[in-house]
Amino acid sequence: MTGRVRLVINGAPHDVADDLSVAAALFNLGIMAFRADGSGHPRAPLCGMGTCFECRVTIDGVANSRACLALVRNGMTVETTT
Amino acid sequence: MSPPLEQVCDVVVVGAGPAGLAAAAAASGAGRRVIVLDQGIRPGGQIWRHRDRSALPTAAHHLMNEAKRSVIIPGARVIDGRSPHDLLVDVGGVAHRVRATALVIATGARERFVPFPGWTLPGVVGIGGLQALIKSGLDVKGARIVIAGTGPLLLPVAATAARAGANVRIVAEQVPFRRLARFGLSMLGRPRAIAQAIRYRIAFRHSSFATDSWILRAEGSSAVNTVLLRRGGAVEHVACDWLATSAGLIPDTELAQLFGCAIGNDAIVVDAEQGTSVAGVWAAGECTGVAGDAAAIVEGTIAGAAAAGSNAVTPRARRHQESGRAFARRLELTFAPRPELLALADATTVLCRCEDIAVGAIDPSWSQRQAKLWTRVGMGECQGAVCGPACQSLFGWTLNRPRAPLGTPRCATWADALQHANPDDAR
Repeated sequence: MTGRVRLVINGAPHDVADDLSVAAALFNLGIMAFRADGSGHPRAPLCGMGTCFECRVTIDGVANSRACLALVRNGMTVETTT
Repeated sequence: MSPPLEQVCDVVVVGAGPAGLAAAAAASGAGRRVIVLDQGIRPGGQIWRHRDRSALPTAAHHLMNEAKRSVIIPGARVIDGRSPHDLLVDVGGVAHRVRATALVIATGARERFVPFPGWTLPGVVGIGGLQALIKSGLDVKGARIVIAGTGPLLLPVAATAARAGANVRIVAEQVPFRRLARFGLSMLGRPRAIAQAIRYRIAFRHSSFATDSWILRAEGSSAVNTVLLRRGGAVEHVACDWLATSAGLIPDTELAQLFGCAIGNDAIVVDAEQGTSVAGVWAAGECTGVAGDAAAIVEGTIAGAAAAGSNAVTPRARRHQESGRAFARRLELTFAPRPELLALADATTVLCRCEDIAVGAIDPSWSQRQAKLWTRVGMGECQGAVCGPACQSLFGWTLNRPRAPLGTPRCATWADALQHANPDDAR
């Protein structure tokens, strides 16, 4: 049995299962762009395991946090940088 | 509760996959105090990272149970060390110092990506990457997925996706059918592996499996929506929501290189006791050559025992160690990326994803160092973890030894770590 937690993603609250990685939570909410490259093109996780850094978002105010390596937590704020 | 900032133990193991857990079990079984440092959210490595722990195989349950004798620190990444026995570790942004008399490196493998047009689109992920995402909760029910790559990993990933309700459109193996068939024949002496492969194939029985097939490009605007697949002699357009692709697995040797361990054939060189070229440092599992979880467990057990100074290795383990190494060599020969994969990128295809450097910006006659100085290739967040192996494949470069700090810690963490290392300077 899994519980639910509330994330605040780009300012909007979302309830998700409590055992997801932040990356899985974002994708499941239909958020496919985690950041943008220098020309504004969307980027999203490639390796899924913390090596490529394409999953970097701001988590609880900490920039460049890897969404693939972070577990969701109640009250967590997540900002994509697109 | 976070562990204390300074820790001392007998054996420190880096990596909590099958090899690391087996090493920890062997060393703690010999009465040593063991700390396991792991980057992941939960122990198990990539292969056993399931959120649903009941889905884990028996071997995993057994090792995780054994591992309870060790202190496992998740979310931990070694960023530097004064020596292999005095490590600086980033644990969730906080610097720790971990000292031990023996180090076992079990950092596993990662995927090799070779750039192709469209590979930076969201929805294009690694093959292991897709599996990792599904295991950490990605919902792929009804999603159309193309899986294209090489090697045995294709099968469990296709099975995982299919069992999770995905519409696996096609599983494409770049190797020609005859070479794959020869590999299959060489596996006849391993009935358990064959049975496993059949179970995987049954799980994705509604999808086609094509040999001699590979991705030419991915298309889409906000995310991938179509791939061009070369299948046999023809080119097919396949609509999809996800493309899982890579050019195989490569040993993760960064930490070993930081401490000067000898590397051969892109893997950490080890002796019969899994000892590296550096005294007091052992290595086990896929960082010493990609041969799967069974081989990793055997090597981890041998390494853990050796690091604990015990000689508990059975002749049976020795035989398995030897056959694991032979299997790694066979995998490497069978599933080497074909030359066509190295010619997919055009001049505008991104090579370095962190620094937005295109393939055409690089002069292949440069050394890696020249390329860094002139273009910043490999100098972004991932520190060349993705484009380094790509450059190696594309340009034949010899890669430089990585330098500390590994893994791009935050400045504050790195500053704290340096203070740990030189407490006298702090005053």
